[in-house]
Amino acid sequence: MLKDITIGQYFPGHSVVHRMDPRMKLILTIFYIVILFVVSNPFGFIPSVLFLAGAYMVAKIPVKMIARSIKPILPIILFTSILNLFFINGDSVIFTLGPLHMTWQGVYTAFRMALRLVLLIAGTSLMTYTTSPISLTDAIEQLLGPLKLVHFPVHELAMMMSIALRFIPTLVEETDKIMSAQKARGADMESGGLIHRAKALVPILIPLFLSACRRAEDLALAMECRCYRGGEGRTRMKQLHYSQLDFMGLLITVILLAVVIVLNLIPMPFLNWLM
Amino acid sequence: MVISTEHLTYTYSAGTPFEKVAVRDVSLTIGGGEMVGVIGHTGSGKSTLIQHLNGLLKPTSGRVLLDGKDIWAAGPDIRQVRFHVGLVFQYPEYQLFEETVYKDIAFGPKNMGLDDKEIDKRVHEAAEFAGFPTDLLDKSPFELSGGQKRRAAIAGVIAMEPDILILDEPAAGLDPRGRNKILQQIREYHAFTGNTVLLVSHSMEDVANFADKILVMNNAEVFAYDTVERVFARSEELKKIRLSVPQVTNVFHRLAADGLPVPENVYTVPYAKKKLLRLLGKGGRSDA
Repeated sequence: MLKDITIGQYFPGHSVVHRMDPRMKLILTIFYIVILFVVSNPFGFIPSVLFLAGAYMVAKIPVKMIARSIKPILPIILFTSILNLFFINGDSVIFTLGPLHMTWQGVYTAFRMALRLVLLIAGTSLMTYTTSPISLTDAIEQLLGPLKLVHFPVHELAMMMSIALRFIPTLVEETDKIMSAQKARGADMESGGLIHRAKALVPILIPLFLSACRRAEDLALAMECRCYRGGEGRTRMKQLHYSQLDFMGLLITVILLAVVIVLNLIPMPFLNWLM
Repeated sequence: MVISTEHLTYTYSAGTPFEKVAVRDVSLTIGGGEMVGVIGHTGSGKSTLIQHLNGLLKPTSGRVLLDGKDIWAAGPDIRQVRFHVGLVFQYPEYQLFEETVYKDIAFGPKNMGLDDKEIDKRVHEAAEFAGFPTDLLDKSPFELSGGQKRRAAIAGVIAMEPDILILDEPAAGLDPRGRNKILQQIREYHAFTGNTVLLVSHSMEDVANFADKILVMNNAEVFAYDTVERVFARSEELKKIRLSVPQVTNVFHRLAADGLPVPENVYTVPYAKKKLLRLLGKGGRSDA
Protein backbone atom coordinates (compact mmCIF):
# COMPACT_ATOMS: atom_id res chain seq x y z
CA MET A 1 0.00 0.00 0.00
CA LEU A 2 1.03 3.54 -0.66
CA LYS A 3 0.61 4.39 3.00
CA ASP A 4 3.72 2.43 3.84
CA ILE A 5 5.99 4.92 2.09
CA THR A 6 8.20 6.73 4.56
CA ILE A 7 9.29 10.23 3.68
CA GLY A 8 11.28 11.40 6.65
CA GLN A 9 8.85 9.42 8.71
CA TYR A 10 8.38 10.76 12.22
CA PHE A 11 8.33 8.08 14.91
CA PRO A 12 6.53 9.64 17.89
CA GLY A 13 8.03 9.23 21.34
CA HIS A 14 9.12 11.03 24.49
CA SER A 15 12.74 10.00 24.75
CA VAL A 16 15.62 12.33 25.53
CA VAL A 17 16.39 12.53 21.82
CA HIS A 18 12.79 13.39 20.98
CA ARG A 19 12.79 16.18 23.56
CA MET A 20 15.93 17.89 22.30
CA ASP A 21 15.61 21.22 20.56
CA PRO A 22 15.15 20.61 16.83
CA ARG A 23 17.76 23.28 16.06
CA MET A 24 20.32 21.42 18.13
CA LYS A 25 19.38 18.13 16.50
CA LEU A 26 19.89 19.69 13.11
CA ILE A 27 23.25 21.14 14.11
CA LEU A 28 24.37 17.86 15.67
CA THR A 29 23.32 15.94 12.58
CA ILE A 30 25.46 18.19 10.41
CA PHE A 31 28.23 17.86 13.00
CA TYR A 32 27.96 14.08 12.81
CA ILE A 33 28.20 14.12 9.02
CA VAL A 34 31.38 16.21 9.32
CA ILE A 35 32.77 13.72 11.83
CA LEU A 36 32.11 10.86 9.42
CA PHE A 37 34.28 12.59 6.85
CA VAL A 38 36.98 13.44 9.34
CA VAL A 39 37.43 9.78 10.26
CA SER A 40 40.46 8.54 8.38
CA ASN A 41 41.34 5.35 10.14
CA PRO A 42 39.34 2.20 10.80
CA PHE A 43 39.41 2.63 14.55
CA GLY A 44 37.73 6.03 14.18
CA PHE A 45 34.59 4.25 12.98
CA ILE A 46 34.21 2.35 16.23
CA PRO A 47 33.25 5.34 18.40
CA SER A 48 31.13 6.72 15.52
CA VAL A 49 29.12 3.51 15.32
CA LEU A 50 28.83 3.26 19.10
CA PHE A 51 27.67 6.89 19.31
CA LEU A 52 24.89 6.32 16.77
CA ALA A 53 23.87 2.97 18.23
CA GLY A 54 23.66 4.62 21.64
CA ALA A 55 21.56 7.45 20.26
CA TYR A 56 19.18 4.97 18.60
CA MET A 57 18.89 3.03 21.85
CA VAL A 58 18.14 6.16 23.87
CA ALA A 59 15.57 7.25 21.29
CA LYS A 60 13.98 3.76 21.41
CA ILE A 61 13.80 3.51 17.62
CA PRO A 62 13.60 -0.13 16.56
CA VAL A 63 16.60 -1.47 14.64
CA LYS A 64 14.38 -2.49 11.75
CA MET A 65 13.71 1.20 11.08
CA ILE A 66 17.41 1.64 10.27
CA ALA A 67 17.18 -1.18 7.78
CA ARG A 68 14.12 0.46 6.29
CA SER A 69 15.87 3.78 5.75
CA ILE A 70 18.92 2.14 4.18
CA LYS A 71 16.98 -0.09 1.80
CA PRO A 72 16.37 2.58 -0.88
CA ILE A 73 20.07 3.47 -1.18
CA LEU A 74 21.28 -0.12 -1.10
CA PRO A 75 21.94 -0.13 -4.88
CA ILE A 76 24.14 2.95 -4.52
CA ILE A 77 26.09 1.37 -1.69
CA LEU A 78 26.59 -1.84 -3.65
CA PHE A 79 27.59 0.06 -6.78
CA THR A 80 30.22 2.20 -5.09
CA SER A 81 31.51 -0.80 -3.16
CA ILE A 82 31.99 -2.84 -6.31
CA LEU A 83 33.70 0.06 -8.10
CA ASN A 84 36.00 0.57 -5.15
CA LEU A 85 36.77 -3.12 -4.86
CA PHE A 86 38.18 -3.32 -8.38
CA PHE A 87 39.44 0.13 -9.24
CA ILE A 88 41.51 1.15 -6.24
CA ASN A 89 45.17 0.86 -7.07
CA GLY A 90 47.42 -0.71 -4.50
CA ASP A 91 50.26 -3.08 -4.11
CA SER A 92 48.81 -5.80 -1.91
CA VAL A 93 46.96 -7.56 -4.71
CA ILE A 94 44.61 -10.37 -3.73
CA PHE A 95 43.90 -11.61 -7.23
CA THR A 96 43.82 -10.40 -10.83
CA LEU A 97 41.06 -11.09 -13.30
CA GLY A 98 41.97 -9.73 -16.72
CA PRO A 99 42.20 -5.96 -16.37
CA LEU A 100 40.67 -6.07 -12.87
CA HIS A 101 42.77 -6.17 -9.72
CA MET A 102 41.39 -6.70 -6.30
CA THR A 103 43.66 -5.30 -3.64
CA TRP A 104 43.47 -5.12 0.13
CA GLN A 105 43.42 -1.35 -0.27
CA GLY A 106 40.36 -1.71 -2.46
CA VAL A 107 38.60 -3.95 0.05
CA TYR A 108 39.34 -1.47 2.80
CA THR A 109 38.14 1.54 0.78
CA ALA A 110 34.98 -0.26 -0.26
CA PHE A 111 34.26 -1.17 3.33
CA ARG A 112 34.99 2.36 4.52
CA MET A 113 32.75 3.97 1.89
CA ALA A 114 29.89 1.56 2.53
CA LEU A 115 30.08 2.06 6.28
CA ARG A 116 30.26 5.81 5.85
CA LEU A 117 27.16 5.83 3.65
CA VAL A 118 25.24 3.61 6.04
CA LEU A 119 26.14 5.78 9.01
CA LEU A 120 25.28 8.90 7.04
CA ILE A 121 21.79 7.65 6.25
CA ALA A 122 21.22 6.14 9.67
CA GLY A 123 22.38 9.36 11.33
CA THR A 124 20.19 11.69 9.34
CA SER A 125 17.27 9.26 9.61
CA LEU A 126 17.55 9.38 13.39
CA MET A 127 16.89 13.09 13.20
CA THR A 128 13.80 12.71 11.02
CA TYR A 129 12.55 9.78 13.10
CA THR A 130 12.69 11.82 16.28
CA THR A 131 11.72 15.27 15.00
CA SER A 132 8.31 16.09 13.61
CA PRO A 133 8.52 17.72 10.18
CA ILE A 134 6.90 20.89 11.49
CA SER A 135 9.46 21.45 14.24
CA LEU A 136 12.16 20.66 11.70
CA THR A 137 11.03 23.48 9.42
CA ASP A 138 10.82 25.74 12.47
CA ALA A 139 14.41 24.90 13.22
CA ILE A 140 15.47 25.52 9.64
CA GLU A 141 13.71 28.88 9.64
CA GLN A 142 15.48 29.99 12.78
CA LEU A 143 18.87 28.67 11.81
CA LEU A 144 18.66 30.39 8.43
CA GLY A 145 17.46 33.59 10.16
CA PRO A 146 20.69 35.51 9.55
CA LEU A 147 20.15 35.17 5.77
CA LYS A 148 17.24 37.63 6.09
CA LEU A 149 19.89 40.34 6.21
CA VAL A 150 20.69 39.66 2.57
CA HIS A 151 16.96 39.62 1.74
CA PHE A 152 16.74 35.88 1.41
CA PRO A 153 13.03 34.92 1.88
CA VAL A 154 13.66 32.63 4.84
CA HIS A 155 10.16 32.72 6.25
CA GLU A 156 8.51 32.11 2.90
CA LEU A 157 10.81 29.19 2.24
CA ALA A 158 10.04 27.67 5.63
CA MET A 159 6.31 28.23 5.12
CA MET A 160 6.46 26.49 1.75
CA MET A 161 8.31 23.60 3.30
CA SER A 162 5.79 23.29 6.13
CA ILE A 163 2.91 23.34 3.69
CA ALA A 164 4.54 20.80 1.42
CA LEU A 165 5.26 18.51 4.37
CA ARG A 166 1.80 19.02 5.75
CA PHE A 167 0.24 17.95 2.47
CA ILE A 168 2.33 14.87 1.74
CA PRO A 169 0.20 12.59 3.93
CA THR A 170 -2.99 14.21 2.65
CA LEU A 171 -2.02 13.70 -0.97
CA VAL A 172 -0.84 10.16 -0.30
CA GLU A 173 -4.18 9.41 1.27
CA GLU A 174 -5.95 11.05 -1.63
CA THR A 175 -3.92 9.04 -4.14
CA ASP A 176 -4.82 5.90 -2.26
CA LYS A 177 -8.48 6.81 -2.39
CA ILE A 178 -8.47 7.64 -6.10
CA MET A 179 -6.54 4.45 -6.85
CA SER A 180 -9.10 2.43 -4.92
CA ALA A 181 -11.94 4.15 -6.72
CA GLN A 182 -10.44 3.42 -10.14
CA LYS A 183 -9.58 -0.14 -9.13
CA ALA A 184 -13.19 -0.57 -8.09
CA ARG A 185 -14.03 0.25 -11.71
CA GLY A 186 -11.68 -2.46 -12.86
CA ALA A 187 -8.60 -0.34 -13.60
CA ASP A 188 -5.66 -2.66 -14.02
CA MET A 189 -2.47 -1.16 -12.61
CA GLU A 190 -0.49 -4.23 -11.74
CA SER A 191 0.08 -5.87 -15.10
CA GLY A 192 1.12 -5.01 -18.65
CA GLY A 193 4.12 -3.34 -20.20
CA LEU A 194 5.58 0.07 -19.60
CA ILE A 195 3.24 1.95 -21.92
CA HIS A 196 0.19 0.17 -20.54
CA ARG A 197 1.23 1.07 -17.02
CA ALA A 198 1.91 4.69 -17.91
CA LYS A 199 -1.52 4.91 -19.48
CA ALA A 200 -3.05 3.35 -16.39
CA LEU A 201 -1.75 6.31 -14.39
CA VAL A 202 -3.89 8.85 -16.26
CA PRO A 203 -7.10 8.05 -14.35
CA ILE A 204 -5.18 8.67 -11.13
CA LEU A 205 -3.06 11.68 -12.04
CA ILE A 206 -5.83 13.84 -13.47
CA PRO A 207 -8.10 13.66 -10.41
CA LEU A 208 -5.05 14.04 -8.17
CA PHE A 209 -3.85 17.24 -9.88
CA LEU A 210 -7.33 18.67 -9.81
CA SER A 211 -7.68 17.99 -6.13
CA ALA A 212 -4.22 19.40 -5.37
CA CYS A 213 -5.16 22.63 -7.16
CA ARG A 214 -8.45 22.77 -5.32
CA ARG A 215 -6.71 22.29 -2.00
CA ALA A 216 -4.12 24.96 -2.80
CA GLU A 217 -6.88 27.41 -3.62
CA ASP A 218 -8.78 26.60 -0.44
CA LEU A 219 -5.65 26.94 1.65
CA ALA A 220 -4.70 30.28 0.08
CA LEU A 221 -8.19 31.56 0.77
CA ALA A 222 -8.14 30.32 4.36
CA MET A 223 -4.75 31.93 4.97
CA GLU A 224 -5.93 35.20 3.54
CA CYS A 225 -9.08 35.10 5.67
CA ARG A 226 -6.82 34.94 8.68
CA CYS A 227 -4.84 37.93 7.44
CA TYR A 228 -1.62 36.09 6.67
CA ARG A 229 0.89 38.58 5.27
CA GLY A 230 4.19 36.72 5.43
CA GLY A 231 6.76 36.62 8.17
CA GLU A 232 7.07 40.31 8.96
CA GLY A 233 6.35 40.89 12.68
CA ARG A 234 4.96 37.40 13.15
CA THR A 235 5.34 35.82 16.59
CA ARG A 236 5.21 32.12 17.24
CA MET A 237 3.15 30.01 19.55
CA LYS A 238 5.87 27.46 20.19
CA GLN A 239 9.09 29.17 21.20
CA LEU A 240 12.22 27.09 20.88
CA HIS A 241 14.53 27.01 23.89
CA TYR A 242 17.83 25.26 24.34
CA SER A 243 17.89 23.18 27.51
CA GLN A 244 20.57 21.35 29.43
CA LEU A 245 19.74 18.31 27.36
CA ASP A 246 20.86 20.07 24.21
CA PHE A 247 24.18 21.12 25.68
CA MET A 248 24.74 17.56 26.90
CA GLY A 249 24.15 16.34 23.38
CA LEU A 250 26.55 18.94 22.02
CA LEU A 251 29.16 18.00 24.61
CA ILE A 252 28.95 14.30 23.76
CA THR A 253 29.26 15.03 20.05
CA VAL A 254 32.25 17.31 20.60
CA ILE A 255 33.90 14.56 22.65
CA LEU A 256 33.22 12.15 19.77
CA LEU A 257 34.93 14.55 17.38
CA ALA A 258 37.90 14.86 19.73
CA VAL A 259 38.20 11.08 20.04
CA VAL A 260 38.05 10.66 16.26
CA ILE A 261 40.72 13.32 15.70
CA VAL A 262 42.98 11.78 18.34
CA LEU A 263 42.54 8.34 16.76
CA ASN A 264 43.46 9.88 13.41
CA LEU A 265 46.65 11.30 14.85
CA ILE A 266 47.90 8.16 16.60
CA PRO A 267 50.39 6.51 14.25
CA MET A 268 49.35 2.97 13.39
CA PRO A 269 52.22 1.47 11.43
CA PHE A 270 50.61 -2.00 11.48
CA LEU A 271 47.91 -0.59 9.21
CA ASN A 272 50.25 0.76 6.59
CA TRP A 273 49.60 -2.09 4.21
CA LEU A 274 45.96 -0.93 4.00
CA MET A 275 46.55 2.73 3.29
CA MET B 1 -25.47 -13.32 -5.42
CA VAL B 2 -24.78 -13.97 -1.75
CA ILE B 3 -21.86 -12.21 -0.14
CA SER B 4 -20.62 -13.13 3.29
CA THR B 5 -17.68 -12.65 5.62
CA GLU B 6 -16.21 -15.11 8.10
CA HIS B 7 -14.33 -13.78 11.13
CA LEU B 8 -13.05 -10.89 9.05
CA THR B 9 -10.37 -8.86 10.84
CA TYR B 10 -8.29 -6.04 9.40
CA THR B 11 -5.40 -4.21 11.08
CA TYR B 12 -3.93 -1.00 9.70
CA SER B 13 -0.17 -0.33 9.88
CA ALA B 14 0.57 -3.56 11.73
CA GLY B 15 3.85 -3.42 13.63
CA THR B 16 4.14 0.38 13.94
CA PRO B 17 2.99 2.74 16.71
CA PHE B 18 0.07 3.65 14.43
CA GLU B 19 -1.33 0.10 14.53
CA LYS B 20 -5.11 0.05 14.66
CA VAL B 21 -7.71 -2.66 14.33
CA ALA B 22 -10.28 -1.28 11.90
CA VAL B 23 -12.53 -4.32 11.66
CA ARG B 24 -12.68 -7.06 14.27
CA ASP B 25 -14.12 -10.55 13.78
CA VAL B 26 -16.99 -9.66 11.50
CA SER B 27 -19.15 -12.54 10.30
CA LEU B 28 -22.25 -11.73 8.32
CA THR B 29 -24.21 -12.82 5.29
CA ILE B 30 -26.01 -10.56 2.86
CA GLY B 31 -28.51 -12.44 0.73
CA GLY B 32 -29.19 -11.77 -2.93
CA GLY B 33 -31.53 -8.84 -3.65
CA GLU B 34 -31.41 -7.37 -0.18
CA MET B 35 -31.24 -3.65 0.51
CA VAL B 36 -29.02 -3.13 3.54
CA GLY B 37 -28.33 0.13 5.31
CA VAL B 38 -24.92 0.40 6.96
CA ILE B 39 -24.63 2.78 9.89
CA GLY B 40 -21.86 3.74 12.28
CA HIS B 41 -19.79 6.63 13.52
CA THR B 42 -16.73 7.88 11.66
CA GLY B 43 -13.99 5.36 12.36
CA SER B 44 -16.38 2.57 13.28
CA GLY B 45 -14.97 0.43 10.49
CA LYS B 46 -17.79 0.61 7.96
CA SER B 47 -15.64 2.01 5.15
CA THR B 48 -12.94 -0.58 5.81
CA LEU B 49 -15.54 -3.34 5.85
CA ILE B 50 -17.06 -2.41 2.49
CA GLN B 51 -13.63 -2.21 0.87
CA HIS B 52 -13.17 -5.87 1.77
CA LEU B 53 -16.35 -6.87 0.00
CA ASN B 54 -14.92 -6.09 -3.46
CA GLY B 55 -11.39 -7.14 -2.70
CA LEU B 56 -9.78 -3.70 -2.46
CA LEU B 57 -8.44 -4.66 0.95
CA LYS B 58 -7.19 -8.11 1.83
CA PRO B 59 -8.29 -9.35 5.25
CA THR B 60 -5.57 -9.63 7.89
CA SER B 61 -7.43 -12.76 8.93
CA GLY B 62 -10.76 -14.29 8.03
CA ARG B 63 -12.43 -14.69 4.64
CA VAL B 64 -14.77 -12.93 2.27
CA LEU B 65 -17.05 -15.27 0.34
CA LEU B 66 -18.93 -14.58 -2.86
CA ASP B 67 -21.54 -17.29 -3.45
CA GLY B 68 -19.61 -19.44 -1.01
CA LYS B 69 -16.25 -19.04 -2.75
CA ASP B 70 -13.34 -17.27 -1.09
CA ILE B 71 -12.60 -14.24 -3.28
CA TRP B 72 -8.88 -14.44 -2.53
CA ALA B 73 -8.63 -18.16 -3.33
CA ALA B 74 -9.63 -17.69 -6.96
CA GLY B 75 -6.15 -16.65 -8.07
CA PRO B 76 -4.65 -13.43 -9.28
CA ASP B 77 -7.65 -11.92 -11.04
CA ILE B 78 -9.38 -10.13 -8.23
CA ARG B 79 -10.77 -7.77 -10.88
CA GLN B 80 -13.54 -10.27 -11.66
CA VAL B 81 -14.77 -9.81 -8.10
CA ARG B 82 -14.84 -6.05 -8.59
CA PHE B 83 -17.07 -6.44 -11.64
CA HIS B 84 -19.54 -8.41 -9.52
CA VAL B 85 -19.38 -6.13 -6.51
CA GLY B 86 -19.55 -2.47 -7.55
CA LEU B 87 -18.33 0.06 -5.02
CA VAL B 88 -19.15 3.76 -5.19
CA PHE B 89 -16.86 5.69 -2.88
CA GLN B 90 -17.70 8.76 -0.87
CA TYR B 91 -17.53 11.90 -3.03
CA PRO B 92 -17.16 9.76 -6.17
CA GLU B 93 -17.11 12.87 -8.38
CA TYR B 94 -13.42 13.30 -7.51
CA GLN B 95 -12.62 10.18 -9.53
CA LEU B 96 -13.86 11.62 -12.86
CA PHE B 97 -11.04 12.07 -15.32
CA GLU B 98 -12.13 11.55 -18.93
CA GLU B 99 -12.78 14.22 -21.56
CA THR B 100 -16.46 13.41 -21.72
CA VAL B 101 -18.96 11.97 -19.30
CA TYR B 102 -19.68 9.23 -21.81
CA LYS B 103 -16.05 8.07 -21.81
CA ASP B 104 -15.90 8.23 -18.06
CA ILE B 105 -18.97 6.05 -17.59
CA ALA B 106 -17.54 3.69 -20.22
CA PHE B 107 -14.28 3.29 -18.26
CA GLY B 108 -15.57 0.39 -16.15
CA PRO B 109 -17.26 -1.56 -18.98
CA LYS B 110 -14.16 -1.04 -21.13
CA ASN B 111 -12.00 -2.56 -18.42
CA MET B 112 -14.33 -5.56 -18.52
CA GLY B 113 -13.41 -5.99 -22.17
CA LEU B 114 -16.91 -5.50 -23.58
CA ASP B 115 -17.51 -4.54 -27.22
CA ASP B 116 -18.49 -1.02 -28.25
CA LYS B 117 -22.14 -1.84 -28.85
CA GLU B 118 -22.58 -3.34 -25.41
CA ILE B 119 -20.68 -0.45 -23.84
CA ASP B 120 -22.93 2.06 -25.58
CA LYS B 121 -26.03 0.29 -24.32
CA ARG B 122 -24.69 0.11 -20.78
CA VAL B 123 -23.63 3.75 -20.67
CA HIS B 124 -27.10 4.89 -21.61
CA GLU B 125 -28.83 2.52 -19.22
CA ALA B 126 -26.52 3.45 -16.35
CA ALA B 127 -26.98 7.16 -16.97
CA GLU B 128 -30.72 6.64 -16.81
CA PHE B 129 -30.52 4.61 -13.59
CA ALA B 130 -28.38 7.27 -11.96
CA GLY B 131 -30.68 10.03 -13.18
CA PHE B 132 -28.04 11.62 -15.38
CA PRO B 133 -29.51 13.54 -18.34
CA THR B 134 -28.40 11.64 -21.46
CA ASP B 135 -28.10 14.80 -23.56
CA LEU B 136 -25.19 15.88 -21.35
CA LEU B 137 -23.17 12.73 -22.03
CA ASP B 138 -20.86 14.48 -24.48
CA LYS B 139 -19.97 17.25 -22.04
CA SER B 140 -16.75 17.38 -20.06
CA PRO B 141 -17.35 16.11 -16.53
CA PHE B 142 -15.72 19.28 -15.24
CA GLU B 143 -18.44 21.50 -16.68
CA LEU B 144 -21.18 19.84 -14.68
CA SER B 145 -22.83 20.87 -11.43
CA GLY B 146 -21.97 19.02 -8.22
CA GLY B 147 -25.09 16.87 -8.29
CA GLN B 148 -24.61 15.96 -11.94
CA LYS B 149 -21.00 15.00 -11.34
CA ARG B 150 -22.13 12.73 -8.51
CA ARG B 151 -24.68 11.05 -10.78
CA ALA B 152 -22.12 10.60 -13.55
CA ALA B 153 -19.74 8.94 -11.13
CA ILE B 154 -22.43 6.63 -9.76
CA ALA B 155 -23.41 5.73 -13.33
CA GLY B 156 -19.76 4.79 -13.92
CA VAL B 157 -20.12 1.95 -11.40
CA ILE B 158 -23.67 0.94 -12.35
CA ALA B 159 -22.51 0.56 -15.97
CA MET B 160 -20.50 -2.49 -14.94
CA GLU B 161 -23.85 -4.07 -14.01
CA PRO B 162 -22.61 -5.43 -10.70
CA ASP B 163 -24.74 -7.99 -8.88
CA ILE B 164 -24.05 -6.17 -5.66
CA LEU B 165 -23.89 -2.38 -5.52
CA ILE B 166 -22.30 -0.68 -2.52
CA LEU B 167 -22.64 3.06 -2.08
CA ASP B 168 -20.66 4.95 0.58
CA GLU B 169 -22.65 8.03 1.59
CA PRO B 170 -23.98 8.68 -1.91
CA ALA B 171 -25.91 11.73 -0.74
CA ALA B 172 -23.16 13.39 1.34
CA GLY B 173 -22.74 17.09 0.74
CA LEU B 174 -25.82 17.48 -1.47
CA ASP B 175 -28.73 19.78 -0.76
CA PRO B 176 -31.91 18.17 0.62
CA ARG B 177 -33.58 17.94 -2.77
CA GLY B 178 -30.48 16.43 -4.37
CA ARG B 179 -30.25 13.93 -1.49
CA ASN B 180 -33.81 12.76 -1.90
CA LYS B 181 -33.48 12.49 -5.65
CA ILE B 182 -30.35 10.39 -5.51
CA LEU B 183 -31.72 8.10 -2.82
CA GLN B 184 -34.97 7.76 -4.75
CA GLN B 185 -32.97 6.84 -7.84
CA ILE B 186 -31.11 4.17 -5.90
CA ARG B 187 -34.36 2.73 -4.61
CA GLU B 188 -35.71 2.57 -8.15
CA TYR B 189 -32.52 0.90 -9.32
CA HIS B 190 -32.94 -1.68 -6.57
CA ALA B 191 -36.59 -2.28 -7.37
CA PHE B 192 -35.97 -2.55 -11.10
CA THR B 193 -32.87 -4.72 -11.19
CA GLY B 194 -33.47 -6.73 -8.03
CA ASN B 195 -29.74 -6.51 -7.25
CA THR B 196 -28.32 -6.36 -3.76
CA VAL B 197 -27.67 -2.80 -2.59
CA LEU B 198 -25.63 -1.70 0.41
CA LEU B 199 -26.13 1.89 1.42
CA VAL B 200 -23.71 3.43 3.90
CA SER B 201 -25.19 6.45 5.59
CA HIS B 202 -25.03 8.66 8.65
CA SER B 203 -28.70 9.37 8.51
CA MET B 204 -31.09 7.10 10.37
CA GLU B 205 -33.93 8.63 8.40
CA ASP B 206 -32.41 7.64 5.06
CA VAL B 207 -31.75 4.11 6.23
CA ALA B 208 -35.22 3.74 7.71
CA ASN B 209 -36.74 4.99 4.48
CA PHE B 210 -34.79 2.80 2.13
CA ALA B 211 -33.41 -0.34 3.71
CA ASP B 212 -34.88 -3.73 4.58
CA LYS B 213 -32.08 -4.55 6.97
CA ILE B 214 -29.63 -2.49 8.97
CA LEU B 215 -26.02 -3.22 9.81
CA VAL B 216 -24.78 -1.14 12.74
CA MET B 217 -21.03 -0.93 13.20
CA ASN B 218 -19.49 0.26 16.43
CA ASN B 219 -15.81 0.24 17.47
CA ALA B 220 -14.74 -2.01 14.59
CA GLU B 221 -17.36 -4.62 15.47
CA VAL B 222 -20.86 -5.46 14.32
CA PHE B 223 -23.22 -4.01 16.89
CA ALA B 224 -26.38 -5.20 15.22
CA TYR B 225 -27.41 -6.72 11.91
CA ASP B 226 -31.12 -7.25 11.61
CA THR B 227 -34.34 -5.97 10.12
CA VAL B 228 -35.16 -2.28 10.49
CA GLU B 229 -37.87 -2.97 13.10
CA ARG B 230 -35.66 -5.14 15.30
CA VAL B 231 -32.70 -2.76 15.17
CA PHE B 232 -34.72 0.32 16.02
CA ALA B 233 -36.49 -1.59 18.78
CA ARG B 234 -33.13 -1.43 20.58
CA SER B 235 -33.25 2.36 20.70
CA GLU B 236 -31.92 2.56 24.27
CA GLU B 237 -28.81 0.56 23.34
CA LEU B 238 -28.36 2.65 20.20
CA LYS B 239 -28.40 5.81 22.30
CA LYS B 240 -25.69 4.33 24.50
CA ILE B 241 -23.32 4.10 21.53
CA ARG B 242 -24.36 7.65 20.58
CA LEU B 243 -26.46 6.64 17.61
CA SER B 244 -30.07 7.60 17.43
CA VAL B 245 -33.28 6.25 15.98
CA PRO B 246 -35.12 8.38 13.40
CA GLN B 247 -36.56 11.57 14.85
CA VAL B 248 -40.09 10.50 14.08
CA THR B 249 -39.54 7.29 16.07
CA ASN B 250 -38.46 9.38 19.05
CA VAL B 251 -41.62 11.44 18.73
CA PHE B 252 -43.75 8.32 18.78
CA HIS B 253 -41.88 6.90 21.79
CA ARG B 254 -42.62 10.09 23.69
CA LEU B 255 -46.27 10.03 22.64
CA ALA B 256 -46.53 6.45 23.81
CA ALA B 257 -44.84 7.37 27.08
CA ASP B 258 -47.48 10.07 27.54
CA GLY B 259 -50.09 7.37 27.34
CA LEU B 260 -51.36 7.89 23.81
CA PRO B 261 -52.35 4.73 21.95
CA VAL B 262 -49.70 4.91 19.22
CA PRO B 263 -47.47 2.10 17.97
CA GLU B 264 -43.75 2.31 18.80
CA ASN B 265 -42.53 0.81 15.53
CA VAL B 266 -42.83 3.95 13.44
CA TYR B 267 -39.74 4.79 11.40
CA THR B 268 -40.84 6.82 8.42
CA VAL B 269 -42.73 10.08 8.11
CA PRO B 270 -45.48 8.86 5.70
CA TYR B 271 -46.30 5.96 7.99
CA ALA B 272 -46.29 8.31 11.00
CA LYS B 273 -48.67 10.64 9.21
CA LYS B 274 -51.08 7.81 8.52
CA LYS B 275 -51.04 6.68 12.15
CA LEU B 276 -51.47 10.20 13.51
CA LEU B 277 -54.35 10.98 11.17
CA ARG B 278 -56.10 7.79 12.21
CA LEU B 279 -55.52 8.63 15.86
CA LEU B 280 -56.85 12.15 15.40
CA GLY B 281 -59.81 10.88 13.37
CA LYS B 282 -60.62 8.36 16.07
CA GLY B 283 -60.25 10.99 18.77
CA GLY B 284 -62.60 13.32 16.86
CA ARG B 285 -65.24 10.64 16.59
CA SER B 286 -65.17 9.70 20.24
CA ASP B 287 -65.43 13.37 21.22
CA ALA B 288 -68.53 13.83 19.12
